[in-house]
Amino acid sequence: MSVKTLKIDGIDIAIEEGATVLDAARQAGVPIPTLCHLDGVGDIGACRLCLVEVGGSRRLLPACVTEVAEGMEVQTNTPKLQEYRRMTVELLFSEGNHVCAVCVANGHCELQDVAIQVGMDHSRFTYRFPDRGVDVSHEQFGIDHNRCILCTRCVRVCDEIEGAHVWDVAQRGAACYIVSGLNQPWGEVDACTSCGKCVDACPTGAIFRKGSTTGEKERDRAKLDFLVTAREKHEWTR
Amino acid sequence: MAKTVVIDPVTRIEGHAKISIYLDDAGTVEDARFHVVEYRGFEKFCEGRPFTEMAGITARICGICPVSHLLAAAKTGDKILAVKVPPAAEKLRRLMNLGQITQSHALSFFHLSSPDFLLGWDSDPAKRNVFGLIASDPDLARAGIRLRQFGQTVIELLGARKIHAAWTVPGGVRSPLSEEGRQWIRDRLPESFETVNLAIGLFKNLIDNQLQDEVKVFGSFPSLFMGLVGKNGEWEHYDGHLRFTDSQGDIVADHLSEDDYPKFLGEAVEKWSYLKFPYYKPLGYPDGIYRVGPLARLNVCNQIGTEAADRELQEFRDRAGGVPTSSFFYHYARLIEIVAALEQIQILMDDPDIVSSRVRATGGVNQLEGIGVSEAPRGTLFHHYQVDENGLIRKVNLIIATGHNNLAMNQTITQIAKQYVHGPEIAEGMLNRVEAGIRCYDPCLSCSTHAAGQMPLHIQIVGSDGKLVNEVYRN
Ligand code: SF4
Ligand code: FES
Repeated sequence: MSVKTLKIDGIDIAIEEGATVLDAARQAGVPIPTLCHLDGVGDIGACRLCLVEVGGSRRLLPACVTEVAEGMEVQTNTPKLQEYRRMTVELLFSEGNHVCAVCVANGHCELQDVAIQVGMDHSRFTYRFPDRGVDVSHEQFGIDHNRCILCTRCVRVCDEIEGAHVWDVAQRGAACYIVSGLNQPWGEVDACTSCGKCVDACPTGAIFRKGSTTGEKERDRAKLDFLVTAREKHEWTR
Repeated sequence: MAKTVVIDPVTRIEGHAKISIYLDDAGTVEDARFHVVEYRGFEKFCEGRPFTEMAGITARICGICPVSHLLAAAKTGDKILAVKVPPAAEKLRRLMNLGQITQSHALSFFHLSSPDFLLGWDSDPAKRNVFGLIASDPDLARAGIRLRQFGQTVIELLGARKIHAAWTVPGGVRSPLSEEGRQWIRDRLPESFETVNLAIGLFKNLIDNQLQDEVKVFGSFPSLFMGLVGKNGEWEHYDGHLRFTDSQGDIVADHLSEDDYPKFLGEAVEKWSYLKFPYYKPLGYPDGIYRVGPLARLNVCNQIGTEAADRELQEFRDRAGGVPTSSFFYHYARLIEIVAALEQIQILMDDPDIVSSRVRATGGVNQLEGIGVSEAPRGTLFHHYQVDENGLIRKVNLIIATGHNNLAMNQTITQIAKQYVHGPEIAEGMLNRVEAGIRCYDPCLSCSTHAAGQMPLHIQIVGSDGKLVNEVYRN
């Protein structure tokens, strides 16, 4: 396997071909905020939080889906990027109905973490207050579309790890939302194995265990890591 | 020409309000009204949410007594799950409510009301507050602040935060008390007892001397009283059944279940206030006037059930020469309830259950409707939810303590205005007395209008021709 050498924020890095800029940055200890990326499942570049500047390219590129190339020069933290990231997070907040004070994920939420990371203290955009629903028809779990940021981690974890493919995205643009089955109530979807991986994958409080109250959602990310290692390396240790 | 005095906003209460005083042609007070000018719409935006979130959402109604909503919401949730909560959970919930009663009553007495008693009604309004109290009696002020802190810490030790701790859940609570927490509470109890005893001594002396008139005119009228009592008619704050008594001390209705509240409680609406007017249905509106809260709880119970509090209760009744019916006694009742709360906390500290980890029963949606009740520091609190098959809220009704007292608060300010207001001139001390009439009830307007808005005092004096003749604003 050939190795590529590149510079991220001035740091020299050597990494195998086919790795992403995000992989390379993590290896070099350079933090890049992410939301839709989840270790172990494929990347789709949905959230645009991981945007970086690459020398020679006029466009900003998402680190999670951009492959490393020989001699690449990457900047991860320019004032322009900082501004874009903050704006992205503000837009996420104003797009849905995120009421942290009463959310099951309060204090354990990646959207909150990212907001802190990018220094967002308020949203400069008008809140849309969309009219979205809550589906608690499943015996054990519920999905609150008000808190969904459409990262599709649930879609991918269910498809790629569990192999059940319960989740999909319906509609387009601002009307997009996550559906279970063929847009059935979750409780009526036979394909669901009630494994709970989507609960652990969801970065916000959108998918939760029923009965959880404010701040009670603590996800077991180690479980997903375990499954991924088991599949990829055939090692069953936790 | 008849006139109206309006006090707007009313200060040192929790929320925003306006008072109108109506004068007749001779310039004497005819009527006074307490308008709640807040509107918040909580009941509406709960619709469509999972019922398990109700404790978290309704606790946000109020930063002073969130615990009351946590408890009422959890108890309503218990009913929807149709489970009995583990004994340890019940004791822990009780402990939190006792902490709440202590902190809220201490706030009402030391921070909000005592400046009037100790500094005088006509003293400089700029100094007639807790800072004035700190300047004139720093030891008392400090003790009062620490007593409130004690109650707050009890709540924090259980819920991991002082306000809005989402610790009660349908089926029980999230976690028990830690051993360190228990030790902290034990260590601080003696000081807390000392403070409340000091305050009681002080207050008794005041009502026997300087404040005799206030007892007579600050809401001294017959009415019913409503509150929870225990199995043997003892003082209760968390469970038990509802009882109504009258001003003679006779039981009017007993063994009422919260589930039947629509049968015995009506809710009238007046166009000049956002606050509803509940009344006791069998007597109709407005004759079915009743009071809730500390005074009512002490009037409906046979005894408190702990030694020092029972001694104080007896003295309280003796001092009033029968059933204490003056709303000025609310202050006195609050102090006695702090004694009761501290004694009960002391008992709970020796109970092995409070550190048990068996604290949460689970279940699905087994009932589509639930009504929960608890005694908030200010009085009886009802939560009533209807849910769909999956537990999403369809309908919510909340009846809040300040609402129950609405009729009584209006009667109280009318009585005070009649005594102290003569003609369209508005003297500052007079306004303060009218406000203090409201403050007897320690009303919480954020809670009571849970149902959006603004509470600094606005008083208007209105003439008989309906024209405004004088008004004062105070922010
Ligand atoms: S439900 Fe959660 S995991 Fe799924 S798309 Fe929405 S935010 Fe992402
Ligand atoms: S993490 Fe790269 S686009 Fe979301």
